[in-house]
This record gives sequence, C-alpha cells and structure tokens, in this order.
Amino acid sequence: MTDRIINISHLSKSFPGGSKVLDDINLYIRKGEFLTLLGPSGCGKTTMLRMIAGFLQPDEGSITMDGKELTGVPPHLRPLNTVFQRYALFPHLDVYDNIAFGLKLKGVPEDEIDKRVSKVLKLVSMSDYEDRDVNSLSGGQQQRIAIARAIVNRPKVLLLDEPLAALDLKMRKDMQIELKEMHKKLGITFIYVTHDQEEALTLSDTIVVMNEGKIQQIGTPMDIYNEPVNSFVADFIGESNILNGTMIKDREVSFIGHDFKCVDEGFGENAPVDVVIRPEDVIIKSKLEGAQFTGKVKSCTFKGVHYEMFVDTDNGYEMMIQDYNSFEVGSTVGMSINPNDIQVMHKERVCNTFEGVMKSSDTVEFLGGEFKCLDTGLEAGDKVTVTVKFNKVDLLDHEDEAICTGNVVFILYKGDHYHLTIKTESGEKVWVDTDDIWDKNDLVGINILPKDIHITKTAENE
Amino acid sequence: MNKRSSWALPYFIFMVLFVVLPLLMVVIYSFQDSAGNFSMANFSKFITDKDSLSTFALSIEVAIENTLLCVIIGYPVAYILADKKLNKSAVTVVLFILPMWVNALMRTLATAELFNMAGITLGKGTLLFGMCYDYLPFMIYPIYNVLNKMDKSYAEAAEDLGAKPKEVFMKITLPLSMPGVLSGVMMVFMPTVSTFAISEFLTNNKIKLFGTIIQENINNSMWNYGAALSLLMLAIIAITTFLQGKSSEDTVDGGAI
Repeated sequence: MTDRIINISHLSKSFPGGSKVLDDINLYIRKGEFLTLLGPSGCGKTTMLRMIAGFLQPDEGSITMDGKELTGVPPHLRPLNTVFQRYALFPHLDVYDNIAFGLKLKGVPEDEIDKRVSKVLKLVSMSDYEDRDVNSLSGGQQQRIAIARAIVNRPKVLLLDEPLAALDLKMRKDMQIELKEMHKKLGITFIYVTHDQEEALTLSDTIVVMNEGKIQQIGTPMDIYNEPVNSFVADFIGESNILNGTMIKDREVSFIGHDFKCVDEGFGENAPVDVVIRPEDVIIKSKLEGAQFTGKVKSCTFKGVHYEMFVDTDNGYEMMIQDYNSFEVGSTVGMSINPNDIQVMHKERVCNTFEGVMKSSDTVEFLGGEFKCLDTGLEAGDKVTVTVKFNKVDLLDHEDEAICTGNVVFILYKGDHYHLTIKTESGEKVWVDTDDIWDKNDLVGINILPKDIHITKTAENE
Repeated sequence: MNKRSSWALPYFIFMVLFVVLPLLMVVIYSFQDSAGNFSMANFSKFITDKDSLSTFALSIEVAIENTLLCVIIGYPVAYILADKKLNKSAVTVVLFILPMWVNALMRTLATAELFNMAGITLGKGTLLFGMCYDYLPFMIYPIYNVLNKMDKSYAEAAEDLGAKPKEVFMKITLPLSMPGVLSGVMMVFMPTVSTFAISEFLTNNKIKLFGTIIQENINNSMWNYGAALSLLMLAIIAITTFLQGKSSEDTVDGGAI
C-alpha cells in the first residue's frame, strides 16, 4: 500500500536473561497519521519506539520505511527524529544552538538556519527565546524546545516518548491540544508512546494497545473505547464493569442473573462470554417499574461532572455506575442498559490448560510441581493435558504448604469475584477465580485438590 | 550564640589552631628577616636569584606537562571505563583506583628501584613517568564519574539529530565532561607543583623542583625565605582554584567529585 510509511513485521526482542519484550509484532503506520502505542509500563511500547529510532536492534523481524529496510541503519542516518521523555536538551548550548544542532550538522546555510529556527520557535510559541539558557526554562518550555529541535529537521516521522509525562495536569492538557494542532499543521506522521489512556484517546488517529510485548488491539479511539476486544483492553481503557456472561443465542445475552437484548451475533448458543458495560451506560432511576434489574446503592461519590456510584444488584453483583444525578446510599434503584451499550467479547479461555507428565498413576507433574490426582491408570512418563477450572485453584499465603508459587500479575474485578492472572516461577500463567482480595505482585502459593485435576492423555503423534 | 552553634566550637578551635594560625605564621615569617624585623628581602631575594626563578619556572613546566600527560592518558581510560559496552564490570574501575590506596612514597621508591634495575638513568623522563603514575588515578576518577553519571539520552538525542559517533563525542560528550576534566586538572596540577619527594627519588636530586627548595630552606632553618616561597606557591594554587571555580560556573553542574 502506498500510503503506508512504516511497516513493521514479525518484530521480536528478548532482553538478556529471558523474557520477551516484544513478541512477533506486526503493524503498519499510515503517512500523516497520529499513532499511539499505549500500554502499562513494561509492555514493550518504549522498546518498539527505540527500535524505530534505531537505538535498539531487534532480534528478529524487520522495520521498513517507504519500502527501505531500516534495521541495521544507524540512528543518525534515519529520516526521523525523536522527542525524548526527559527532553534531553543539551545543557551546554542555548535554545538557538539546541534547535540548530541538526541543521548545522547537515551543513544548512547560516541564514536558512536562522529562518528555520525562528519559524519553528514561533510554531511552538517560544519566539524571542533564542538566547536563553535551556536550564532556565520551565518543564513546559523545555518540552516545546525539544519538539522544536526535532521538527526543525523536517523529519518524515516524529517519535514522541511519553513527552508529557513530566508535566503537571493543567500543562499536560494544554500541551495535548497544542500537539494535536501541530500535527495537523505539519502533516508529519507522529508515533506517540504513552501509558495514559486518556491522552491516547484525546490525541490519536489510531491507538495500538499493547500488553506483555503483544499487540492487544489496533483501532480508532472510538473503536478501542466502545468495542474492546478483550478484558485487558476493556479494563485498561477507561472505567468498566467486566462480567461473566452467557450468549443465549444471537442478540440475547445473560449476565448478572438477567437476560438482556444486545446487538452481537455469531457467538453460537450458550457460549460463555465476557460482557463489558461502561459505567456511564447504565441507566439508573429511582423508579423501579420498567427497569431491567434493581439494586441497592452502596456508595455515591461526587466526581466533578458526574457522580460515581457502586450498586449491589438484586443477584449479588457489584456494578460501577456514573450518572449526573446522585442517589441516596441505601436506596433501592432500578437500572437498565441499552442493547447498543452492551459489548460482548469472546472469552480468551474458559479453563486452565497445562501440559504435564505423569509421575505415577496418581501423581502428575505440571507448573514445575508434582500434584496428587485421582488414580488415572496411566503410566509414569505418559504425556498428558491437564485442565483445571478457574475457581478450583486454591491460593495460599504460606508458600510451604503450596506445591508451586507465583506472582499476581493482573487483577480483574468481575462484579462478584476477582479474576486473577498468576505467573508461576516456571513462567506459565494460571488464571484463578477467587473471592479473596489479593494485590498485584503478591507472592502466592498454588494448590489444587486431586479431584479438581482433570487429566487426558495427549495423543501421540507417532 | 545559641546551643546548636556551640557544637561547632571544637571544630572552630581546631581550624584556628591548625589552619588559620599556621597560615598567619607563614605570612608573618615571609615578611620578616631572620632578626624578626619587617622586610621585603625574602621576595627581592627570590626575584633576583636566578636559580630560584629557573626552578620555579621548571616546576610550573613539569606540572603542566604532567597534567597534560594525565589528561591525554586519563580521558580515554575514563571513557572506556564508563562505557557499559566496553567495560562490563565495576572491578576494572577499582583496579585503576587501587594505586591511590598505596602510599605515594612507597610507590615512588618502588618505581625508582625498577628504573635502577632496568638500568635507566634517572632524569626528567623518569620524573614525568613517576608523576604521571602517581597522579593518574586523580585524573581518571573525576572524569569517569562525570561520564558515568551523564544522561545517555544526550548522546542519543545528538545521534537522532544526525550526528555521527565522532560528532556526538566532540559536540556533546566532551563538552559535557569538561567539569570532570577540570577537577582532574586541579587534583593533578596543584600537588605536582608542590611535590618534592618524587623529584628527589626519581631524579636522585638531579632535578630540583619548587617544593624541593622550600623543603631545603626549611630544613636548613631558613624559615623566613622558606615561608616566602610557600606563600608564592599558595598564591599560585589560589589563582588556579579561582580560575577553575570561574569556568565551572559557566558549565553545567557536571557532578565532579
């Protein structure tokens, strides 16, 4: 496609000592678009930006720009410029020399440098600051100079690495608007890295949501917000109620103990799904007639524009609701949800599946530990597939009573229970449904009762 | 005087006894003749004495040469030590700093012995070698410190703006590491001007430096002349310190030690 400026294919990178920072990334970036790489810290977004800039080399895969291979090209020969997180303005040079740095290296004539520097200073509203010492500037001003220093070189692509992270909230909001206007004026492709979902929604034409080195979803801000593809995206972008549900048939879904009309099709009958309801999409009334379900207001907090309420529904689920009206704590309310506002997602998995090896007829090894199981009649050494339901995994405080241990890496509240992702020492993931409250990064012991371990012999390929 | 500031009293007394009083005595002695009358004779003796003047000039020359030598050798060493790609362990840094922990006199004697063993005649060459060997760590360490603490994103930003590796060094790394070079220069230049032991051992007293004359005068009970020469040296040290302070004001806080 001719309107693609950057093509990234099968990009992978591991850091020494193990974990994959980027795992087979495929992405293209259109000419002139404002693309944001969004994700929590450690998701690989900065690594990817640094690879595009040339400061890191990928282990595998390629990055092409205008059809030319970029991997292997040193940073100073790449036709793109970077705005660094902490600006990286040269402290021994004044504002003018900082901005003129790139132009001087290219041997642009003096009078043209003058012209371009003053033009770009005007663009970032910093005219007359040429002779100032960069250390005497405020954070916001340094940021503008950092942007000016990059765009004065007229790069085809501008890379921005969390450029607003160090600014205070008010300043950040102002700079967001300015950045957006600058992007329109310049027509340069912007690749922007941030962990701030609101910033991403405000600025971008396209958002790439990343987690653990993988792209979770690519789409416009509207797509990402309204139609998250999985519970990670739904949880990361904005506030949301994420609930277990069952797709009864096309256009009808059941969750929180009630049936709802929805607009989704093609999931099959009685298929387990995840349902996302944005808190502002729940219609809440004090009148109970005509409501799809009822509940009791548990808390109500004023948030400036709206009130944020937690409501216990009639079937014992907790939901977050945002509304312009406040409802008294303890009062019974009626609620309903428009079919359009129910986002149904495929469940990524319905139970834990592990590869294991039989140690004896009633012992199986998986997750780096040996678990007792019911007598299978299989022989030691047999390769098996082990399945365990989410709610049958026991989490323990005391590691010594556990068969293996892991860290809580992701917590999702599902209205009436927590859905935890646990990464074990062997590097595998275990998903657990629990009523207990755990914190992220908690070290937990894992135990599974023999009767909850289901074993099937893996078919031999020979 | 409130209670808190009275805690400073012991330090104050110490400073007066061991720093201020001796300095005052140096000043007083240098403006007296041996009978204790006020006189400028010590200074006029220095200015008119050809030997003293040439020794003085030689001392400055040797100090400048040694400092230059230390910069030329020390900077690349510090650069390599601070480069995470070239130097992966902190042990190498310690190896370079290690000689600082051994008494300088012992090292100097050992060096002289080595030269004797190798049959090399002691002279200016051996003197410079010994000085450089003694003072090199004082040059490496401050430069290493500045380079090590320097934000890598400066170099990356320069590269990003189109600078070749050589240009990155000349336009960014080198100017930003100047505070380290300057404090290294101070720490090498000043002691070299006043040294006497190294020249005594490594040239068999063939070459006399300014510090040697001061020591000889004081040993021979020529207190007043010795004091005057000391005062001159103090003046030189004060001037260099002042110049260094001036120039580091202009540069950034580079994190010199």
